[in-house]
Amino acid sequence: MAGIVIDRIAKSFGAVSALKEVSLEIADGEFVALLGPSGCGKTTLLRIMAGLETRSSGRVLIGGRDVSDLKPYERGLAMVFQNYAVFPHMTVYDNVGFGLTMQKKPKDVIDRQVKKAAALLHIEPYLERYPAKLSGGQRQRVAVARALAVEPAVLLMDEPLSNLDALLRLEMRAELKSVLREAGTTTVYVTHDQTEAMGLADRIAVMHGGKIVQIAPPTEVYSRPASMFVGGFVGSPPMNFIPVEARAGSVALGGQTLAAPRASGALTLGFRGEDVTLAPPGEAMPFTVRVAEPMGSHLLLTGRIGDAVVRVVAPPASIVKAGETVGLRLDPDRIVFMDAATGAATDLAA
Amino acid sequence: MTGPRRFLFVTGVITLCAWILVPIYLIALGSFGGRPAVFKWPKDWLPWNASLDAMLLFLRIEGVWNAAINSVIAAGLTMIFSILLGAPAGYALARFDFRGANAFRLLVLLTRAFPLAILALPLTVIFIKLGLYDTPFGVSLVHTALALPFAALVTASLFVGIPRELEEAAWVFGCTRWQAFTKVVLPLALPGVAAAAIFAFVISWNEVFAASVLTVRERTLTAYLLTVLSESPLHYRFAGGFILIVPSVLFIFAVRKYLFAMWGVSSK
Repeated sequence: MAGIVIDRIAKSFGAVSALKEVSLEIADGEFVALLGPSGCGKTTLLRIMAGLETRSSGRVLIGGRDVSDLKPYERGLAMVFQNYAVFPHMTVYDNVGFGLTMQKKPKDVIDRQVKKAAALLHIEPYLERYPAKLSGGQRQRVAVARALAVEPAVLLMDEPLSNLDALLRLEMRAELKSVLREAGTTTVYVTHDQTEAMGLADRIAVMHGGKIVQIAPPTEVYSRPASMFVGGFVGSPPMNFIPVEARAGSVALGGQTLAAPRASGALTLGFRGEDVTLAPPGEAMPFTVRVAEPMGSHLLLTGRIGDAVVRVVAPPASIVKAGETVGLRLDPDRIVFMDAATGAATDLAA
Repeated sequence: MTGPRRFLFVTGVITLCAWILVPIYLIALGSFGGRPAVFKWPKDWLPWNASLDAMLLFLRIEGVWNAAINSVIAAGLTMIFSILLGAPAGYALARFDFRGANAFRLLVLLTRAFPLAILALPLTVIFIKLGLYDTPFGVSLVHTALALPFAALVTASLFVGIPRELEEAAWVFGCTRWQAFTKVVLPLALPGVAAAAIFAFVISWNEVFAASVLTVRERTLTAYLLTVLSESPLHYRFAGGFILIVPSVLFIFAVRKYLFAMWGVSSK
C-alpha cells in the first residue's frame, strides 16, 4: 500500500509539449481517475508513472520513494493495459502467476495467490486454458487478476474497459469497483469515458492540453466544474452555458434574479440540464424547443435560449412539443458562473 | 466450402504438390532405377527395378562423406551466425526509432547486390591471409553474409507483429529487458525464428559458387558434387541430386510444427 506523489512532471516530444509540469497527490488506497479527451496527456502521465515512458523533468514518488529513475520492474506496481496484453503462450494460470513467478515466490504461495485472484474475478474454470480460447471480457479479467495477484502497492489501469462492448463494460465496471474496494489498492485509472470516471473514482483529475484542469470528487467535478471545458466534457448531456450580463451584483433572467460573483460585466452562466424546472413561458427564461426526445427515464429537450444551444432534462411525463416555447426556472444553488473571457469558474462566495 | 470453390481449392493444392513433388519423384526414380531408368522413355512411373546400387556406389565415392560433413558444418554455422546477428538487428528495426533505420533496411539488402563472382578473388586472397581458406568456417562466413539480410528483415517483421504492450506488461510485472525478451518475445517469435534459421541453412546448403571458389580439399557437398559428377554417368548425378534434396526436405519436415503452429491452433 502506498500513496503517489507526482511532482511537476513535464514531457515533451520534440517541440510538442505533452505534459506541462503536472503535479498530483494520490493518497494511500485512493482511486483516482485521469479523465480527458484523447491527446490530453493522460496516458503519457500514466506511462511515466509506470516507467514505460521517460519524463523530461519532475519526479514520481511511490510510497515516499523516488522512483523517477527506476526501471518498471523496480517500482513495485502492476498495470492493466488497454489491449489486455495477456501473454498468449501461457495458460491463464501462468499469466496470473507471472508477476509472482518473477518475484521468485515459493510455489505454494503462487498457487494460493493465483487461486485467490482467480476467485475474485471468477476465472477459476479457465485457469488451464490459453488466452486464445477466451472472450475479450474473460481476457480482461485475466489481465486484472494478473495485476491483483502480485498484491501491488499501486495499480495502474490504461483504459481497461474500452475494448469491451457496452453491456460487458457496465458489468465489469461494477465488478472492478467492488474488487478494488475489497483489495484497497491505490489505483490510477486512465479513461476518456466520463461515466467510467464518475462511477469508479474517489477523485477525478480532469486533464486538458497537458494539464490537470480540475481535481475533485466526482460530484464536485460534475456540479462545480472549474472551467467551461470541464463542464462541457463531464456529464451527458454536457453543461449548458449561456452568456449573461451582471448589473449591480446580480443577474436578471426572465423573472429570476440570481446573485452574481461580480458587480458588473459579462459572465457565462452554466447549469446542468436536470437542474431546471419547467414553467409557463411568461414567468421564466424563455426556451424555444427544437427537438424533444423521450428517453424513457426522462424527456430530453434540445433548443435555444437566445443564441445558445441548451439541452434540458424534463420529467418523462412532461408534455412539450417541438417548436413550443416554455419557461425555464433555474435552481439557484446549482448554477455556476464562468468568466466570459477565460472560461474559468468565478467563485460565488468570493 | 461450396462446390466450385472446393474444386478450385483442391486443384490448387494438387497443382502445387505436383509442381514440387513430380520433379523430386523423377530424380528419385533416376537415382534408384540405375542406368536403364534414366534413359528409358516412356518412363515406368513405378520403380519396378528399384535398387540402391547407384546410391550405394555414390556414397562410396571418395570424399562424399567428408564433403557432406563440411556442408552440415557450414550450413549449421551459417544458421547460427545469421540468427545471432540477424535477430538482434531485426529486433532493433522493429522496436526502436533510430536515425537511418530505413537506410539500414535498404543497405542490408544491398549486400546481395554485389555479385559473388566479383567478390570471389579478393575474398580468396583475404581468406588465405587469415587462414580461413579451405575451411567450412570460412565458407559459412560468406554464406552468413548472403543469409543475413533475410534473417534481419524476416525477424524484424516477426517482432513488429508482437505487440509492444506484451513486452511492457512483462517489464511491469518484474522482467528486465532481457528477461522480457526471453520469456515473452522469443517464445512468441520462435516459429518464425525457426523458419528464418532453416532458410539460412538451406541458403548455405544450396550455395555452390562461393563454396567452390573458397575451398579446394574441404569442399561442401554441392561444390564437391559439381566437380565429381560432371565426369560421372547420368544416374550417379541423379543419386547426387537426390542426396542434396533430401536433407532440406527432411529438415523442413521436422520443424513444420514451428512453421505452421500458431498459438492456440495446433497443427493436425
